[in-house]
Amino acid sequence: MMNRRSILKAVFTGGLVAGMGVLMPRVALAAWSKAAFEAASQEAAMGALYSADPSASAQVTMKAPDIAENGAVVPVSVKSSLAGVTSIAIFVANNPQPLAAQFNIPEGTMADVSCRIRMGKTSQVTAVVTTASGEFSASKEVKVTIGGCGG
Amino acid sequence: MSTSRRDFARLMGIAAVSGVLPSQGYAAQKKPADFYEVPNFGNARLLHMTDCHGQLNPVYFREPSINLGIGTAYGKAPHVVGHKFLDHFDIVPGSMEAYAFTYLNFEQAAQEYGKVGGFAHLKTLVDRLRTSYGSENTLLLDGGDTWQGSGINYKSRGMDMVRACNLLGVDMMTGHWEFTYHQQEVLHNISQFNGEFLAQNVLITEDALFDGADDYIYDEDSMRVFKPYSIREMGGSRVAIIGQAFPRVKIANPARFVPDWSFDINGEMMQELVDDLRQNQGVDAVVVLSHNGMDVDVAMAQRVTGIDAILGGHTHDGIPAPTQVKNNGHTTLVCNVGSNGKFLGVLDLDIGKGKVNGFSYRLLPVFSELLPANPEMTALIAAERAPYAGWMDEELAVADEVLYRRGNFNGTFDQVICDALRSHYDAQISLSPGFRWGTSVLQGQTITMERVLDQTATTYPETYARDMTGAELKLILEDVADNIFNPEPYLQSGGDMVRLGGLDYRCDPLAAMGSRIDEMRLDNGTVIEANKTYRVAGWATVGARSEGDDIWDVVAQHLRDQQEVKIDKLNTPLLLNVAGNPGYKA
Repeated sequence: MMNRRSILKAVFTGGLVAGMGVLMPRVALAAWSKAAFEAASQEAAMGALYSADPSASAQVTMKAPDIAENGAVVPVSVKSSLAGVTSIAIFVANNPQPLAAQFNIPEGTMADVSCRIRMGKTSQVTAVVTTASGEFSASKEVKVTIGGCGG
Repeated sequence: MSTSRRDFARLMGIAAVSGVLPSQGYAAQKKPADFYEVPNFGNARLLHMTDCHGQLNPVYFREPSINLGIGTAYGKAPHVVGHKFLDHFDIVPGSMEAYAFTYLNFEQAAQEYGKVGGFAHLKTLVDRLRTSYGSENTLLLDGGDTWQGSGINYKSRGMDMVRACNLLGVDMMTGHWEFTYHQQEVLHNISQFNGEFLAQNVLITEDALFDGADDYIYDEDSMRVFKPYSIREMGGSRVAIIGQAFPRVKIANPARFVPDWSFDINGEMMQELVDDLRQNQGVDAVVVLSHNGMDVDVAMAQRVTGIDAILGGHTHDGIPAPTQVKNNGHTTLVCNVGSNGKFLGVLDLDIGKGKVNGFSYRLLPVFSELLPANPEMTALIAAERAPYAGWMDEELAVADEVLYRRGNFNGTFDQVICDALRSHYDAQISLSPGFRWGTSVLQGQTITMERVLDQTATTYPETYARDMTGAELKLILEDVADNIFNPEPYLQSGGDMVRLGGLDYRCDPLAAMGSRIDEMRLDNGTVIEANKTYRVAGWATVGARSEGDDIWDVVAQHLRDQQEVKIDKLNTPLLLNVAGNPGYKA
């Protein structure tokens, strides 16, 4: 069985397509959605990408910490069991430019991505999955704090 | 649900009838012939200590007069203080137990009943409880915050505590301040520890895994750095102990010491472990050794099903009776056992096939004068201390009033630290972290360097002075307040409010994040303005290392200059919405 380290190495050498978007988003992206990435509000960013508001779905699962260990690199993973996923995007509502990442998912590829996003302050983080039948989302608040003091 | 006085009495009543529990409870005890006589019950005994913070010798430790419970925690253990605490747990006012569990009458009771804790005294107690029960059916579990808190710990990088715990006979531990040494030192110390270091919620980062961390981590697939649990045969049953380290190490303490490890609560992974242990590994009882903090422990008991007991620490709550949490038809006991070596928890379990049938619990205060010192441990402590005795024994000043730290807001020893910082840096304002460790000094006692180190011995002791705007100051206060008073336990980090010198404020713990703090004023009454700049001194920076002198040297110089220490002004906030709160000294 392939262990995690060899998977990581395989990804790094480009052996696995699923990992491409994670490690080299610009290479993997088919089209760079300039207007969406530069939009200053989540509403505007979503408006530039989607024709309708995404609807919340239990078939989209997002993993992100309740409290970020480091706001500069917050790990977020998104996967979906929906059929025919073509794209996954991650939005951070309170960031100056809320669209943090968009992954194009080639046909036949598992809809399972992870990346690290930068967060300036506590915010709702939303993952949106695009399929032939529309956009579906999952969302949670991630707290960014200067930290309290240990017990 | 917290076991209230009435529930507890009812529980005792039922127990007496059913014979499940031996007669116990502090009111029932009156004056026992032998304070430490604990009847054997069931087939497995778990001895539980936590948060001793390196205190090898007996100390004084004043419990808090403010420990506010917000939201669902209101008025429930551990958020009861003083007489409310005594009422809640049916403890006789003025008794030795009242001295151990509350701040009431601290000064006089401390004179009367003496110091608490100390590993030589604890060793005597542990050995007795092991022997009386049968060593093969007894485990000694340490919830962590063991390697840090004293000058000796700082100098030996925690190794003095590893040696002391080996002699004490700790079977398993988890950690928090252990992770404030460099990760290589942590691994080395663990390699020297005779027991098992357990943590299900410390994962290797992907970067580190790629760089070859698979050479030392426990399991590459789960990414766990440490062994998550250990299973022992006890009295014919299979008992699993799962380790749960402090989940906020890299937020509350410097991330730079453990760059390759990531911490979180990992509730889903906990549930998977519990299910696996019960369904696939023939385990009869599941116990979590936790450093979550008690509010998070209670929340975890509500969210993860199938745990029989959570033996917790971090928030330093000495709670005489378990909080019983019902979840999906299963009951979880949440037990927290205080700090600084003051207490030893004794949980006896009657474990049947796949389930716990009954329990008996005692939280024993370790009264140093009631327990003879174990000679072997006394010798070990003397040897560990000897190289640093000259440093720690320096007499700096005399305390003109009780000096203590513990409480949600400022303590008198913190005020000394804050005053020292302000005077050293000629700063308008000073900040000191709301740590919950730190021993107490009685009025009239000499403050030695050792007592100053009890308050300050971290691996990041450097001080700083810099300019901050009023807006930045407010942001700090708001963020720290949210880590204590957020009504969602999983978003709390433990610890108390940051201490301030030269600045007063108003605080509404019930308000929303960002609006708890207002009316910030300098000592002369001047209102803090958002855009104005203030000179601020502090220490223990979690981000980058500061450049100033070590805090203990700054405080020591201040004490030498003062000779006699009396607090002229205690900077403490005006609190809103706390009247009647059982966690607030009226």
